[in-house]
Amino acid sequence: MLRDEDRIFTNLYGYQDFGLDGARKRGDWDNTASFLANGREWIIEQVKESGLRGRGGAGFSTGMKWSFMPKNVTDKPVYLVINADEGEPGTCKDRDILRHDPHKLIEGCLIAGFAIGASACYIYIRGEFYNEGSNVQRAIDEAYAAGLIGKNACGTGYDYDVYIHRGAGAYICGEETALIESIEGKKGQPRNKPPFPAQAGLYSCPTTVNNVESIAVVPTILRRGASWFAGLGRPKNSGTKLFCISGHVNKPCNVEEEMGIPLKELIEKHAGGVRGGWDNLLGIIPGGSSVPVLPKSICDTVLMDFDSLREVQSGLGTAAVIVMDKSTDIVKAIARLSSFYAHESCGQCTPCREGTGWMSRVMQRMVTGNARMEEIDMLLQVTKQVEGHTICALGDAAAWPIQGLFRHFRPEVERRIQAYRNSAPLAAE
Amino acid sequence: MSAPASDHGHAEPTSFTFSQENLELAKRIIAKYPAGKQASACMPLLDVAQRQNGGWLPRVAMDAVADLLGMPRIRVYEVATFYTMYNKNPVGRHHIQVCTTTPCWLRGSDDIVHTCKKKLGIEVGETTADGQFTLGEVECSGACVNAPVVQIGDDYYEDVAPEHMERILDALARGETPKPGSQTGRQSSEPIDGPTTLKVFTTAQADATTAQADD
Repeated sequence: MLRDEDRIFTNLYGYQDFGLDGARKRGDWDNTASFLANGREWIIEQVKESGLRGRGGAGFSTGMKWSFMPKNVTDKPVYLVINADEGEPGTCKDRDILRHDPHKLIEGCLIAGFAIGASACYIYIRGEFYNEGSNVQRAIDEAYAAGLIGKNACGTGYDYDVYIHRGAGAYICGEETALIESIEGKKGQPRNKPPFPAQAGLYSCPTTVNNVESIAVVPTILRRGASWFAGLGRPKNSGTKLFCISGHVNKPCNVEEEMGIPLKELIEKHAGGVRGGWDNLLGIIPGGSSVPVLPKSICDTVLMDFDSLREVQSGLGTAAVIVMDKSTDIVKAIARLSSFYAHESCGQCTPCREGTGWMSRVMQRMVTGNARMEEIDMLLQVTKQVEGHTICALGDAAAWPIQGLFRHFRPEVERRIQAYRNSAPLAAE
Repeated sequence: MSAPASDHGHAEPTSFTFSQENLELAKRIIAKYPAGKQASACMPLLDVAQRQNGGWLPRVAMDAVADLLGMPRIRVYEVATFYTMYNKNPVGRHHIQVCTTTPCWLRGSDDIVHTCKKKLGIEVGETTADGQFTLGEVECSGACVNAPVVQIGDDYYEDVAPEHMERILDALARGETPKPGSQTGRQSSEPIDGPTTLKVFTTAQADATTAQADD
C-alpha cells in the first residue's frame, strides 16, 4: 500500500482548510519561483522523466504533449486550458481536488503555463460543480492577492492570468476541442483534427488542454523529483492515482493509491470489499463508463494501470471503478450507459447521432429479451460501424460498453431472448 | 430558423432587462476574455440572466444576452438549447434533479425518483401546482462515490436514502434549507467509517511537518 508520505493529495477529504494558509502548511507554493527559474525545457524534461500520463482518460504523456507546443510564439497569445468538466460516469476525483485542494491545481497551472509559454489559463469547470468552482475562485483570488499569479507571478517577471469558465451541462465538453468551442461561446461540438489545439486551439491560438489531476500533481513531482514519481507503480505506468470506487462495495470512496495496485486489493483495502464478499462479485467497469466491463475472473488478478487493463481489452480511463455484485441486472446496467451516450451525443456526426440512439433502443429490448438472436450480431456490427467513424471518441465510448457486455456476458442476453420467446412465442416474431 | 418554441404552454414574458447589479457583473465577466472575444461570455451571461429570472430563460432573456454581446440571436439560441442547465421553461422554486446514471442506479436512484414522485405527486419533468417543486432526472452528476446524488439548486445532496429524500422535501416545503452533502454523516468522499489513509490529516490542526516528513 502506498505510504501516506507518498500521497500528493493530503487534503483529499477536506478535513483541513482548502485556502492559501492551509495549502502552504501542506507544502504548496513553497518556492515555486525556483522551478520557473530552471526554465521551460527543464520543467518539460522533469515531467517527461516522471512518466506522468494524462489522468483524464486517454493516458498520453503529459510532458510529451507540452513539448508539441510551438516555441517562441510572439504574434499571438498561447493558452493553457484545464479540463475540469468531470462527467464520465463513475468519476468524481477532480471534484475533490477542486473543492479541497484547489491551490495544488493553481500552482500547477502556473508551472504548466510557464512551461508551454502561455499568457493565460482558463479552467473549464462543469456547471453543476457550482460550490466546487466557488472554492477554486476563492483560491485564485488568494493567489492573485499574494502575488503568486497575475503580473510578475511569484516575483519571476512572468505575467500569467488564471480564469474560471463554467460549463452548463454537456458531457461532450470533456472532449478537448468541444471544450474549446464552449469557451468560445458556442455549442460544444468537437472540431476536426488536424489542426490540433497545439497549433490552433482556443481563439485559433496554440493551446494545451490538460486534466485537473494531471496538472495538480506537477508541483509535487517537481518538489520531490521525477525519479520519485517514476519509482512508484510500474514502468510506463508510474506514479500515484486517484481512484473512485462506486457501486456495490461496502464503503464507496475516493482514494489515492499507487498505480498498478491489484484491483481486488484496492477494493478490499479501501472500499470495505464487495457487498456480500468477493465471491458475490459479478463484474467491474474499471475506468469509467466508457471502458468495457470485466468479469470476476479477470478482476481476481488484474492490476490497475494503463497497460494491464489494455491487455484485458478494457482500460484505466479515469480510474473510476464501478463495482457490480451478483444482484445486478448487468444488461440493464450497460443499457443505462447506452442511453447516457444517446443523450450526450452532440449530434454532429451521423454514425454517433443515429447510432447511439439506435444502439440504446436495441439495448432496451435486450434487457427484457424482446429481440431476435441474430440481432446480437447485428448490434455488435453496428458498434463497429460507429467506432472509429466519428470526429471524437464519444462514438467509441458508446460502442465499447456494449462490446464488453457481449464479450463476457453474451450467454445472459441469449438466455433472456430465449426465455422471452418461450413465454411469448407470438410476440417475439 | 425560429427561436426555441415554448412547448409547455407557459406565458413568455415580453421583455427582459438586466438589473444594474447584473450589468456590472456582466462587465466583469466580459473582461475575463480577450478584446473582441466577448462571445465567450455568452454562457456565463445566460446563467446570470437565468438566475435573475427565477431559474429559467425566456427568449427575451436570450435576446438581451445577444444584444449585450453583439451576437446574432440565433447563436445565443443555439447555445441556450444545447446545454441542459439552461431551462427553457419555468421551473419550480426548488429544482430537484436526481442523478440516475449507472453508478447512482446501482445504489438505488430508482427508489429516490419513486419517493420524489410519490411525495410531490408529479412525474419527472413536471412542476407541482403550487410552483414549489420541479422534478428532473439528470445524467451523471460526478459524485459517484456518494451515490445516490440529488442536486437541488446549487447544492448536492449525497448518500441519499428514501427517508432522507422525504425529510429533505419536507424541510424545503417548510421553507428551510436542509444541510447539503452526505446525508449519512460522511465528511466527503472518504469511506463511511473514516479514511483508510491520511489519518494524521483528519483533524483541521494536523501538523504540516508530518506531511513533509520524507521530503
